[in-house]
Amino acid sequence: MSTSHPDKPKPGLLGQLADFFDDRTGYRALVHEALYERVPGGARWRYVWGSTLVFAFLTQVITGLVLWSSYSASAQTAWESVYYIQHEMTGGWLLRGIHHVMAQAMVVLLALHLMQVVIDGAYRAPREVNFWLGLVLMMLVLGMALTGYLLPWDQKGYWATRVATNLAGLVPLVGPSLQQLVVGGPDYGHHTLTRFFALHAGFLPATLVIMLVVHLSLFRKHGLHAKQPITKPDAMFWPDQVLKDAVAMLAVMAVVLGVILMPALRAMLDGRPIVPGELGAELGAPADPSQPYAAARPEWYFLFLFQFLKVFEGWGATGEFFGAIVVPGLTMAVMFLMPILGRWNLGHRFNVAFTLAILGGAGLLTALALNEDYCARWIDPATFADVRELHEKTEGDPAKIAAALGNDPGKIADFKKRHRKWDAYRHSQAFLDAAVQAKVDAERSIELAGRPEKIPPAGALELVRNDALSQGPKLFAQHCASCHAHVDPAAAGASALLAKASAANLFEFGKAAWMRGLLDPKQVAGPAYFGNTAHKEGDMVNFVTNDLTDRDTWKPADIEAVIAAMAAEAGFADTQAPPDLIEKGRTLIADGERCGGCHKFGDNDMELGSAPDITGWGSKEWLVGILTDPTHERFYGDSNDRMPSFGKADEGAMPLLTSQQIGLIADWLRGEWYRPAAAAH
Amino acid sequence: MNRHQGNADRGQPVSGGPAASGRRNFLAEFAAMVCGGLAFLAPVGAGVWMFLDPLRRRGAAAAFLPVTELSGIPDDGVPRQFPVVADRVDAWTGFAAEPIGAVYLCRQKGSQTVEALSATCPHAGCFVEIDKAEKCFRCPCHNSRFTIDGGIVAPSPSPRAMDGLECQVGKNGAVAVKWQNFYTGIAEKVARP
Ligand code: FES
Repeated sequence: MSTSHPDKPKPGLLGQLADFFDDRTGYRALVHEALYERVPGGARWRYVWGSTLVFAFLTQVITGLVLWSSYSASAQTAWESVYYIQHEMTGGWLLRGIHHVMAQAMVVLLALHLMQVVIDGAYRAPREVNFWLGLVLMMLVLGMALTGYLLPWDQKGYWATRVATNLAGLVPLVGPSLQQLVVGGPDYGHHTLTRFFALHAGFLPATLVIMLVVHLSLFRKHGLHAKQPITKPDAMFWPDQVLKDAVAMLAVMAVVLGVILMPALRAMLDGRPIVPGELGAELGAPADPSQPYAAARPEWYFLFLFQFLKVFEGWGATGEFFGAIVVPGLTMAVMFLMPILGRWNLGHRFNVAFTLAILGGAGLLTALALNEDYCARWIDPATFADVRELHEKTEGDPAKIAAALGNDPGKIADFKKRHRKWDAYRHSQAFLDAAVQAKVDAERSIELAGRPEKIPPAGALELVRNDALSQGPKLFAQHCASCHAHVDPAAAGASALLAKASAANLFEFGKAAWMRGLLDPKQVAGPAYFGNTAHKEGDMVNFVTNDLTDRDTWKPADIEAVIAAMAAEAGFADTQAPPDLIEKGRTLIADGERCGGCHKFGDNDMELGSAPDITGWGSKEWLVGILTDPTHERFYGDSNDRMPSFGKADEGAMPLLTSQQIGLIADWLRGEWYRPAAAAH
Repeated sequence: MNRHQGNADRGQPVSGGPAASGRRNFLAEFAAMVCGGLAFLAPVGAGVWMFLDPLRRRGAAAAFLPVTELSGIPDDGVPRQFPVVADRVDAWTGFAAEPIGAVYLCRQKGSQTVEALSATCPHAGCFVEIDKAEKCFRCPCHNSRFTIDGGIVAPSPSPRAMDGLECQVGKNGAVAVKWQNFYTGIAEKVARP
């Protein structure tokens, strides 16, 4: 070999191999050039930001590629595959956690890097182009953050993205087409996911890599922009600056891991069990276009933009266009002009002031946004009691309010101000409630997805939509709660709720306790049973208050037997109740001298029509029947009091509820829904 | 000098060197650019062509969809929320009878006609909720408020009032709503194609 010296010992096998490749590639020179760069004035901590950003990006590439190997982008599989990564795959929570938290760290590091470059004037000639590249890189990173938010296809990402893409529609002329291209069609669905995923994992990172290579090689070409004045001797990039960079990277990683593991530490200190799936990035309930999501917010680093839109409140569409497009666009334009402005000393000062103002303004807007959402946590609603009272009394009519305040302009202005604050409180409370509800929904969807039967092919949304525990309360609130209460009579405030209801309390309907109350002469005509209905003075009330109190025919033990038998009909037989007690109860009920005098029960001689058939009372089949059509002769027939036939409709019309919805209400009333094995007992 | 070197550095004269005529050079450059450009045109063109496909997709045509029965809307002047159910196509998946959105229906005392409002916020498309206590509508996303009949409450992030929908009550009491989506964020109510 021409390069080997005669006095040098022949290199070993490895050395020979290295020589072979160096001969053909010249890699040693490359490595040398990469590492042995002069750092004027010595290594410094303030130069580490760029390197930490590269590190953060590489972390995202590594974790992102592995996530990709388990992710499936479609409306029926995105949430499901992310659920599987987060809750079932070993280490999935950690990997996803790192990807999620590092994305946020990257935004912070970007801000720091930008601030440092501007303050040091590192954008000045000949580094202008590199500064512009840096700005493009920044936009690419933000673009990846924005597109990544949608990929789990949970409620949070779905609704936040709807808002963001609707804003894209405001761009003049091309807006609607642009929006349709991004969304992948007229509506959100598979192609929104596939497109966002292609952007997130393909177009954007590929562009970013190209730009980054140019950014770094230009950085090398110009050399490091040293902080003046230089007081210390120069040092080499390797190992002095690399050591500082590596320490900084380690620190960034430590912070990221700390954020992920902090809840685990807290759980450990509180003695709670640690559930790995709950660490790292959260996963909301699966996206549901028909289910409102009141807690929709963008990621925290976009909150300032979200808040900024509110500055233009009242400007209508122009304000929207201004806030979402014009101002951010102008800001970016000013940033692109910075290297030119920076040629003059005054310009440089302007640049620094501008950058700090933007960052400070963003910080302020973020704080404002957080305050709007969370202020109910630290405001006492009692301080607004009078405002609320006056508003309710006057029904918000300004004239009446003015009159009530004696037309005193000072008082009116004060009222208006405080009413606005009260309004802000309520808005915040609504957000906090929605956030709690979102958490409950998310936990339930994850519980359902973890069933041994797994997720059906139609996706997790089907599980949620068919879940009595999640849907029951909503359906009940919408269709039943205008008449019926559903409240534990022993709970605080129950009596007020019962008094307001105009039909029976359905809490624990079908259970022995409910039946015991019905057969209690003191309760049967009360608000929890027939008190607020047309049956208040009906046969049943009459029977309970007169016949049942006759101790000659009805011994307390007989009544207990009836209660046990009725609960058994509903399928809620107390396991303690002896079978012969239930048998005795059945005989009493069927007896034509007793309940069977009005009610059909089993094969007793009673005809349908005089009172509800109580065979299988409270069972799912019975509940579905009465919900479908209470006017059926099997139930109340002509004496039905106001209850709609939810499942029956005339020819060509839609019933109020589908049979599936009726089944869900019945299951919910009976407390029948999926419970995971561990929590079942 | 190393024996492993690229052709360019071998030091032999190149045919296109200073000796060659400028015209020939220009032709070669031009031809190179045309051939290379044409070669790339196919994948780029095909890519753009397919990428623009969503532009020619249209949502389902606006149609009257049965929502509920007249008896399901109490005549107390308070709007109630109802899901709108229809068949839906998402690229390759067809859904039968899926909830695709929601409307607020409202009936005045004794009236046989129904007022319908879309629950989609005209600001940026969130889901407007009803605030029973304050008797108004409220959008949780940017806090737009609307009066109980959907009117705008200034100052508001929303550029217009809630979108009313056409509503028909059939002879048998079936209530059908003409379901439409509108562009958000603009002052005029323009239906999406
Ligand atoms: S989307 Fe309703 S206020 Fe913004």
